[in-house]
Amino acid sequence: MIQVSAATPALEAIGIHKRFGRVVANDDVNLRVEKGRIHALLGENGAGKSTLVNILFGLYRADRGEVRVAGEVVELNRPRDAIDRGIGMVHQHFQLVPVLTVAENVVLGDEPSHSHTVLNVGAAKRAVQELGERYGLEVDPEAVVEDLPVGTQQRVEILRSLYRRADVLILDEPTAVLTPQETDQLLEVLRGLADQGVAIVFITHKLREVLAIADEVTVMRDGQVVGSTTPGETDEAGLAEMMVGRSVVLRVSKAPASPAATVLRVNDLCVDDDRGLRAVDELSLEVRAGEILGVAGVEGNGQRELVEAVTGLRSVVSGIVEMDGHNITGLSPRQISELGMAHIPENREKHGLVGAHSVADNLVLNQYYRAPFARRGFRQMDTVTEYSRSLVAAYDIRTPDVSTPARALSGGNKQKTIAAREFSHGARLLVAAQPTRGIDVGSIEFVHQQLIDQRDRGLAVLLISAELDEILSLSDRIGVIYRGRLVVVTDASDLDRIRIGRIMTTGSHDTPAT
Amino acid sequence: MGLVMADDAKGRNVLAAILYRGRWWLVTGALLVAFTLWTAEFHQAQTTAILASTLRHSTPLVLGALCGMLGERSGVINIGIEGQMLMSAWAGFMVASATGDLLTGVVAGVAVGMLMGAVLAGISVGLRGDQIIAGTVLNIAAIGITSFFFTQGRTLPSGKIQPIRLGPLADLPVAGRVLFSNKPITYLTLLLVPVVWFGLFRTTWGLRTRAVGEHPSAAETVGISVVGMRYLNLILGGGIAGLAGAYLSLEAVGSFERGMTNGKGFVALAVMIFGRWNPVGAWGAALLFGYASAVQTQFQFRDWLTSDPQFVGMIPFVVTIVVLAGFVGRARPPASIGQPYSRE
Amino acid sequence: MNIRSALVPVLAVALAIAVGALIIALSGSSPVDAYRALIEGSLSDPKSIGRTLEKATPLVMGGLAVAFAFKAGLFNIGGQGQLVVGAIIAGAVGYGISDLPWIIHAPLALLVGALAGAAWGAIPGVLKATRGAHEVITTIMLNFVALNLTDWLASKVWREPGVIVRTPRIEPSAEIPRWGEIPTGFFLAVVAALACWYLLRGTTFGFEIQSVGLNADAARYAGISVRRIFVTTMAISGMLAGLGGAIETNGIVGRYEPGFNAGLGFEGITIALLARTHPLGVIPAAILIGAMQAGGSMMQFKADVQPEITKIIQALILVFVATPIIVRWLLSKREADELSVSSTWGS
Repeated sequence: MIQVSAATPALEAIGIHKRFGRVVANDDVNLRVEKGRIHALLGENGAGKSTLVNILFGLYRADRGEVRVAGEVVELNRPRDAIDRGIGMVHQHFQLVPVLTVAENVVLGDEPSHSHTVLNVGAAKRAVQELGERYGLEVDPEAVVEDLPVGTQQRVEILRSLYRRADVLILDEPTAVLTPQETDQLLEVLRGLADQGVAIVFITHKLREVLAIADEVTVMRDGQVVGSTTPGETDEAGLAEMMVGRSVVLRVSKAPASPAATVLRVNDLCVDDDRGLRAVDELSLEVRAGEILGVAGVEGNGQRELVEAVTGLRSVVSGIVEMDGHNITGLSPRQISELGMAHIPENREKHGLVGAHSVADNLVLNQYYRAPFARRGFRQMDTVTEYSRSLVAAYDIRTPDVSTPARALSGGNKQKTIAAREFSHGARLLVAAQPTRGIDVGSIEFVHQQLIDQRDRGLAVLLISAELDEILSLSDRIGVIYRGRLVVVTDASDLDRIRIGRIMTTGSHDTPAT
Repeated sequence: MGLVMADDAKGRNVLAAILYRGRWWLVTGALLVAFTLWTAEFHQAQTTAILASTLRHSTPLVLGALCGMLGERSGVINIGIEGQMLMSAWAGFMVASATGDLLTGVVAGVAVGMLMGAVLAGISVGLRGDQIIAGTVLNIAAIGITSFFFTQGRTLPSGKIQPIRLGPLADLPVAGRVLFSNKPITYLTLLLVPVVWFGLFRTTWGLRTRAVGEHPSAAETVGISVVGMRYLNLILGGGIAGLAGAYLSLEAVGSFERGMTNGKGFVALAVMIFGRWNPVGAWGAALLFGYASAVQTQFQFRDWLTSDPQFVGMIPFVVTIVVLAGFVGRARPPASIGQPYSRE
Repeated sequence: MNIRSALVPVLAVALAIAVGALIIALSGSSPVDAYRALIEGSLSDPKSIGRTLEKATPLVMGGLAVAFAFKAGLFNIGGQGQLVVGAIIAGAVGYGISDLPWIIHAPLALLVGALAGAAWGAIPGVLKATRGAHEVITTIMLNFVALNLTDWLASKVWREPGVIVRTPRIEPSAEIPRWGEIPTGFFLAVVAALACWYLLRGTTFGFEIQSVGLNADAARYAGISVRRIFVTTMAISGMLAGLGGAIETNGIVGRYEPGFNAGLGFEGITIALLARTHPLGVIPAAILIGAMQAGGSMMQFKADVQPEITKIIQALILVFVATPIIVRWLLSKREADELSVSSTWGS
């Protein structure tokens, strides 16, 4: 190993330039990461952080610029090159093979073997155990990855880089899928790694985390580095301003709610997931007109199955879903939609839009078969076009034309299209699942404002989100879902981050004696 | 049941594990043996004939299933097995009748199968064309080429491949004829099953193949070339399909007829699915399907439906449909099949 | 369909013809003579044009069947089976009923044949909708079953007395006449293509079919019953193929004979892909392939080239049309409309 002096950074990116078609993702970007330090890379979605680290990991090739590891210039054409140079990466969407075991995943590609063919399973297991003990990341080597909870899967990702003796560890939005307590644990592990000399690059858009853990921060915006600083020199508002380029409303202002009659009532709902395991376990909740009920919870606790059951996309094992007094359990999605439910799905590409259809067709995707958009089975395209034009104007959807395919739109505009569609058919209940995932701050503000407006107009809103800030900012009442049950439902004013975080992790809302 | 075999079963529990997991196979097998004995009226000669026939019919199906499996385990659907078999049968026959040497013919068949596997890889992996369309192209090309370049009247100078008797074992009653006096490719097939099983579940190649098939980007991230693995597997699999084709024209029939594969390549896919993408499971399924084809002989013994042979001819295909309808929904294929892979 | 995307199939055909010429040269004959004979046998006079359109008619129907199914993301390779089922049923209705006026008999035979094809196509549709069985295998299996079944029907149940295995000739009242040299069936096929085109473009049903084909998940979330679409689309697809068989039997051959139009399933695929799955594009594509088939015997007679070369050219056309990246490289066009039927395998 080359002896690295304190001055030579473990990893350096100089003058990185990368363009995709007409979009410049990285424009003369510089980054300097010291050994044993935690360096946060902050920016909103689309700022270029992921592009930069993908270049550092060899997944992309920069058009211009160079990368240096421990002072030496390196060519990173594929991840293998980066790995061989001691760079490891923990991806936002885990790069783990679900059906293989922990040990198999960790050693994949560098398997211990007899004469390079027959696997040495024992050696693999031992390696995982040793690494786990040394770094505080214990995992059962024989467990199958898809059976593990998300936080543990992340440990496997980290172990994989450590198995290959990484000197630099890059983590891409690692806390997106963790509870606050798991986040704390992760930050502890990272601190430990840093103390052992590993240089850490930590990508996030969460201001709070940056201030809590980072030794240094680099802020990116629109493909460029806007500035570097340390937590000591700034605060959340300062970071937000650097990130967005203007002062940002971190919390949307809203009038207090004046809830009226109950619109949605769920009683003792039991729903199974795709594998036949109980995902929603005797869950009950109520949402009234004119209020937002925010359901907080880490992904994988039954939210998806709950939403699918309520909207008619998944069959129910037992229990009742009622809307305005009608029993809608087991009705088809179309029937439920016609009875007055709107749904913003959590995966907009997969479930919310037909990408190849035009924006206009997507805007009537829930009503294309009814008058005035169709008569006796024949579509009335003029009406469709006119209607969609008015929606595009009202919701400021940026698109060249209503006939443009929806997949050409940006994430934020796609979400606006879905919102425009769902808010415009006279619904009385809105089910919004992760409505602002992966979209830019400007569109987030817009969507949040829309949700508040709809609430003020008397809509009942069921908001499911893994973003605590969003829940706290928008909800009138908050519930926490844990292992398929709603553990507590109370007024928003009764809960704060710490308490919600504790409930999300442990499932109990008793405050331990201090 | 899962895609990973019982490599977690410790020594003394292996037998128990096999008996438990294979219970449906054992029941079915027992029923079929009973049925066979009954229809053969317990005559040794007829029972032997049926069992031998089952093994013969199952050979191309196993080979085809292994070919499909290698592709699908690495994430590529191969609908073109039928075309690969047909072309290899034709190529093997043409070469063997031209050179007078059967072994050269077999080698030619295998080579042609590998070539077609490479073409499939080129279209579906290299050029990222739709995999099913690519496979269909192979099928159409095979039909066209084998019909166009076929001249009637060729024969194999020395006749088809003869069985090899394995010494005294071949003199055993029933088992001697069924298991120990088979032809070379049939033996090879029986060998290939455990070899492929070992390869998939106990070697680095197998681990990487499965990773590529389940989560290609994860494999790419650790330095495995997804494209490379897929090319390799499609070519290897193509060779196995080529072996099946050579079997048909050189070992089973002794000549080439247009369209002689008659759907076996597709039945092989059903065998693969029924066997849950596992070599041993596929072998069991192939025996079952082979039995469905061999059953014609039994019907003759009992004079059933002799005047309506078309219904008997339908049996393998109907069984395939029933199997597919019954099982494919519950079996989980490798997660990335059907999707072209691109690095950026 | 804009000019640029129409250029793709044209280029593919041109390339395939060029490669075909190479193969012909390699096998010892003159490509120029071969292609000249081909054109002479297919397009030079009303009689040959009539032959071309005759060949083209079942190709239009077969291509429509595949193209229509493609719109829902389904790969119907069962065209052959659906076609023969429709053919034999139409032939049976054609010969089995007498004393019916033409105005009723002929359309009735076609209708029943079409419905038979629809039923045969619905089976894989139902299997896919309820059990998730991929239609590629089930349709091919059903092809074999259909061939065996119709074989049996023609040799046992509806057998014309005599040595040859076939059904009796249909009554004159069931025949579909010719208009000069041109078979009326061709016009029926054109009408079918127009009907498909309008259905897909202008009706809610067509919108649902396309939505399912483009993104079945989003379609489901939008309230469309994906299962219902699978079944109805396969039924319509089968109906188109069955109607093609019925037209062939009652308009051209006059009876059902086993060995009838073998390989039509795959030819239908070639045509559907050549037409970029556009219902109207199927017509020129079918005429092209039909011309190749009609001129085949002239090519053999005058230039001594085996007619199977046309099958190879077809395969080449298929390769060049169906591989997006070759095409993209040829035209430097954008990613737009890639064909994909693999996404529902095993789901």
